[in-house]
Amino acid sequence: MSEGILRGEFFMSGDIACAEGALSAGCRFFAGYPITPATEIAERMAERMPRVGGVYIQMEDEIASMNAVLGASWGGLRAMTATSGPGFSLMMENLGLGIMTETPCVLVNVQRGGPSTGLPTLVGQGDMMQARWGTHGVYEIIALSPTSPQEFFDLTVRAFNLAEKYRTPVLVMADEIVGHMTERVVIPEEVPYFPRRKPNFPPGDHSSFQPGEDLIPPMANAGEGYHIHVTGLTHDERGYPATDEVTQERLVRRLVEKIRGHKKDIIMLEEKGVEGAEVIVCSYGISARVGLWAVELARREGIKAGMLKLLTVWPFPEERIREVASKVKAFVVPEINYGQIALEVERAACGRAEVIPVNHMGGGLYEPEDILKAIRKAAR
Amino acid sequence: MKYWRKPLDVERIKVPRGKVYVIEERCKGCNFCIEFCPVGVLVASEGVNAKGYHPPYPQNEEACTNCGLCEVICPEFAIYSLPWDGREEEPHE
Amino acid sequence: MSQRPTVVPPKHPRESLLREERLPHIWCSGCGIGTALNCFIGALEKSGLPLDKVVIVSGIGCTGRAAGYIRLDSFHTTHGRAIPFATGLRLANPELKVVIFSGDGDLIAIGGNHFIHAARRNIDMTVVCVNNFNYGMTGGQVGPTTPAMAKTATSPYGNSEHPFNLPYLAAASGAVYVARWTTLHVRRLERSLTEALLKEGFSFVEVISPCPTYFDRMNRLGEGLDMMKFYRESSEIVHGLDPRKVDIDLGGKIIVGKFIDIEKPTYLDFQREIQARMEGEPS
Repeated sequence: MSEGILRGEFFMSGDIACAEGALSAGCRFFAGYPITPATEIAERMAERMPRVGGVYIQMEDEIASMNAVLGASWGGLRAMTATSGPGFSLMMENLGLGIMTETPCVLVNVQRGGPSTGLPTLVGQGDMMQARWGTHGVYEIIALSPTSPQEFFDLTVRAFNLAEKYRTPVLVMADEIVGHMTERVVIPEEVPYFPRRKPNFPPGDHSSFQPGEDLIPPMANAGEGYHIHVTGLTHDERGYPATDEVTQERLVRRLVEKIRGHKKDIIMLEEKGVEGAEVIVCSYGISARVGLWAVELARREGIKAGMLKLLTVWPFPEERIREVASKVKAFVVPEINYGQIALEVERAACGRAEVIPVNHMGGGLYEPEDILKAIRKAAR
Repeated sequence: MKYWRKPLDVERIKVPRGKVYVIEERCKGCNFCIEFCPVGVLVASEGVNAKGYHPPYPQNEEACTNCGLCEVICPEFAIYSLPWDGREEEPHE
Repeated sequence: MSQRPTVVPPKHPRESLLREERLPHIWCSGCGIGTALNCFIGALEKSGLPLDKVVIVSGIGCTGRAAGYIRLDSFHTTHGRAIPFATGLRLANPELKVVIFSGDGDLIAIGGNHFIHAARRNIDMTVVCVNNFNYGMTGGQVGPTTPAMAKTATSPYGNSEHPFNLPYLAAASGAVYVARWTTLHVRRLERSLTEALLKEGFSFVEVISPCPTYFDRMNRLGEGLDMMKFYRESSEIVHGLDPRKVDIDLGGKIIVGKFIDIEKPTYLDFQREIQARMEGEPS
């Protein structure tokens, strides 16, 4: 790996760990706009990118940042941006451009209290449905959610590899507490690296970039002589606009299936005491940490409680939830919103188990006892 | 070529000759080439293409000096000229 | 058909840079965008730039479709966002020469913020703005360059807003090369585009173009050819004029020419200086 990349043990905030994860993963382009609580990522990149021969540019707004990231990806670099709620909303249209043009890139959202300006310096997890449905049209998205600075590092690396493997933007849905808390972070000698899929034919006026069986086409970059055409319009395999329903069916179904069909490879769960449990706490991000403690307390009281932590929130692991639902009484779903992923758990449980949301409107964190009360109620 | 007076170097300078080619199906009848050809080579042809436009026709072809204005002003990339030594080639498709 | 069969040799000289399998293009009869594209292709060939490193980025709108007709790396981005996209391309691979080819609505209305910032940063790129004074693609609505009192689909009683003077806007924002031509001035436009392509930093070329289907029709200005004749009569070449003085009124004179051609360190010049200082070499 290029020099200037950190290795070893560190005491780092989540935001910093995210930036270092990107650098370790080979990210060499960051375009962003200052926004609490994600600014530390931008600041770290501004300091570190020149040291590793990368580019940091602060754009005039988040719309420009997202587009600069897309351009940089087509320029051949691993590229990312980081923002929070308000910026995330501004990035929606061009996240869609990234999805439609199958542009690998990473978009980190360090969530804060919303809506609107909300609580800039305080925690929230209210953007989870926006992550799934925020841009217009039919599509599938990958969203990972760290519960610690170490995971923020690891999942940022994973986001880049998933982005290249599936040729898609990948979201890292963190939150203010994980972003600002400082913990031990171990940076390995080498991190996994999935190289970009290059065409297996020479440059020239190639007419098409056929997707393989895995539904993912090879990616030629700008400047390599392939004379590619990339458009946000519905397009055929040559990249030429083909705005008809036949092409739409073929293209959009592929864009969805290339992710949905590979759920097994993408989805990452962490389970603790799920087998034989009566009540499962199912959560993500900082809420999952508090939930883990609540499960611990419940087990000490003799309640058969388990923890199902979603490291990938999208695509949602409905098969696993459905399977577990038939063996447990209830799911308890703590999240700092008014019930978003809880709806998904309920949908997946199909009524086989009760789903009890534990909600917090943002700006703070519930106590483990709040979740414990829900577990006790469910276990009765 | 109509001159105001006989240029001193008229023997030495050979005025270039050009042959005009028209991709008739691309023409959208805007008449830019006909209007702005410096030596008035082109006229609108009587016939029409598939879309009902009258493509230009190099009626006054011997006047063409291969200046290429028609080629660059055409919004449809439907007309261009190439150097021509005056000999009539047998038409080939 | 015509009186005498015309001998058609294999290819139009500019075919190699055209995706001719996609012609005829979508632009209306008498529209000037095709001519602007034609001049641009000529300028590209004369520039001597390595064509595999030239990247065309267009936004949304009639002119936005230009990228799709050029046989080079070409990107058709979302409305108003061609410039930031191109910024990312350029900085990711400084070997690339990025050219933004889009319309007045795309670049100056929704894309205006990106336009002024890219000019301010002086990142090396060439912006070609085909200005037909309205939003053509969506049916002739009023735009940021529509002359005051002009009629459009969304200013049926006349436009009550002052338009931008694009050369002045570009110059004030920091562009190092600013020129304006019309689609009639094909030779000068081609030469100016070559200059802009070879100019280091943010170069801007405005191309005034007819819009026979909407703007010209709604303002009784006639066909595309009538506009081209109008340009012949009413445009005046004044190189080096203060761009402040090149406003365009409905039916009024159009000042064309090269207004700005200055030297200024580019974004990458500063980056190189920083890089050198960081490596300890005397900068």
